[in-house]
Amino acid sequence: MNENPGAESFAELKRREQITNPQSEVVHFPASEGLPLDSGSVLAPFSVAYQTYGTLNADKSNLILVCHALTGDQYVASPHPVTGKAGWWETMVGPGKPIDTNRYFILCPNVIGGCMGSTGPSSPNPETGRAYGPDFPVITLRDMVRAQARLLDHLGVDQALSVIGGSMGGMQVLEWAATYKDRVFSAIPIACAARHSSQNIAFHEVGRQAVMADPDWCSGLYLEEGKSPRKGLAVARMAAHITYLSDRALHTKFGRNLQDREEVTFGFDADFQVESYLRHQGMSFVDRFDANSYLYITRAMDYFDIAADHGGVLANAFAGTKTRFCLISFNSDWLFPTKESREVVHALNAVAANVSFVEIDSNKGHDAFLLHEPELFDTVRGFLSAAARRRGLADASAGA
Amino acid sequence: MDAPVTPPEVRSADTARVDLLLIAEMISPGSRVLDIGCGDGALLRILSEKHGVDGRGIELSQAGVNQCVAQGLSVIQGDADTDLVHYPDTAFDYAILSRTIQATRNPRHVLEQLLRIGQRVVVSFPNFGHWRVRVQLLLGGQMPHTDTLPELWYDTPNIHLCTIKDFLALCDAIGAHVERVVALNANGTKLVSMPLSTQNLFGEQAVFLLSR
Repeated sequence: MNENPGAESFAELKRREQITNPQSEVVHFPASEGLPLDSGSVLAPFSVAYQTYGTLNADKSNLILVCHALTGDQYVASPHPVTGKAGWWETMVGPGKPIDTNRYFILCPNVIGGCMGSTGPSSPNPETGRAYGPDFPVITLRDMVRAQARLLDHLGVDQALSVIGGSMGGMQVLEWAATYKDRVFSAIPIACAARHSSQNIAFHEVGRQAVMADPDWCSGLYLEEGKSPRKGLAVARMAAHITYLSDRALHTKFGRNLQDREEVTFGFDADFQVESYLRHQGMSFVDRFDANSYLYITRAMDYFDIAADHGGVLANAFAGTKTRFCLISFNSDWLFPTKESREVVHALNAVAANVSFVEIDSNKGHDAFLLHEPELFDTVRGFLSAAARRRGLADASAGA
Repeated sequence: MDAPVTPPEVRSADTARVDLLLIAEMISPGSRVLDIGCGDGALLRILSEKHGVDGRGIELSQAGVNQCVAQGLSVIQGDADTDLVHYPDTAFDYAILSRTIQATRNPRHVLEQLLRIGQRVVVSFPNFGHWRVRVQLLLGGQMPHTDTLPELWYDTPNIHLCTIKDFLALCDAIGAHVERVVALNANGTKLVSMPLSTQNLFGEQAVFLLSR
């Protein structure tokens, strides 16, 4: 891979700055208000960095919590502070968009374990003053959701009008609905599942092993050693990126086309466009993401199994729920296939919950939830408007 | 369910679906309703707007589901033959199956499931005992072709057609209590105070209100 050390170290510095001094809002919970974790340890003190869009109304009933995916962050609808790229869900969130910032107050926190300002493995360990590194406790999606609930407490909001997210974000939505039934008026889990499948755990393990096999990982102490496992993390991202697309999407985009050459070179250069594309994906990812965060967050996803947390019966997790659900899947998503969403629907039916379920025809694979999918937009817009009506929000309550 | 009799755009028109208005009359305001085979959501919309009903739908065609959800209706993609088993007993005040039972693979099983999950069950279907159907088969010697049964025999989704009498026999066989039967003629007019055999002859479609 072609590397440009000067540019990298600049990006790396900008990125590291975000860990301790993020561009977004941060709430610091002191050691006395630590976060009890599923593992039994307590994260104390801890911080949650977050972005907001729109205006919270007087009775605080128009908050929509957006949960981000594995490598996402809080910059839903504003430029990323490191890459300068547009927010990751600007197709969905903004004035007049399906999640309308003129009408709703949108909150997106960075997950704990992340690297954009919420406490994670590269945050300073209060006991040593140095980065936690491998001493950071293993966290779960429920821990992430608990931290978000504390943020809602801090903002004085009892109930979210809606909690929405795709992929790992969708898994958090389900966890929210199971753990805080009264605080979720409506829930939109997209392209997700109630548990991480063994195939998905397997892909994550490949990614983690790639990071840990990089000598620059230094047993997780790379920050202290002044190094960064860029190659390992890039390989992890390349492998993961394949799972976010579909065979058809890759074929349509690249086919067997060669990269800037007329014929194959009988070597191991990136002869094919698809190779060049993946290498680019890998290298640009390491500029904005922390290797240990990648290990911890993938682990949190692997541990996710809502049914197991409720006596092995998924329906038990949602017993008595009053939340209005809208599940969405994409028919070319093989990472979180439709049948996983359907299992959640059946569990919700079993407790006679109010549930809608839409499968969208798309050839874009798992990543479809981030892309231009008019049917996704229509579904979210229609479902949210109906939820807002039920919640008593006036149609013309434009905040801006 | 896919619109088993006529395409959704026709189904949603009030004139074509007088059975929907009749069904809506049978539903108590504010009740919990499951509409199986809800199509484009025409009945659910009537129920929630005019009757303040807490309505849910199941629809076989994905296009119908997506259309419903985008309008704010609570609808899932599913199949009456296989997906009713996921609902708990007495989960709804009413379970509605409008013009769908004749398109199910196992009507008896579906009806039993409906009676299990709904306190009351409303079923509407095209009456195969209608005189026009009988005449076409008797004199024309071909499978009937009518406004409520417009498809040809080889591409119709209607695989379990029945008459009003046949349906009463099924209700009897599974111990369903028939609270009300309303037959509608081709103009959508209720056939009132007529003997059953006359309703079976002149009713183009029928709506049943059942309970356990």
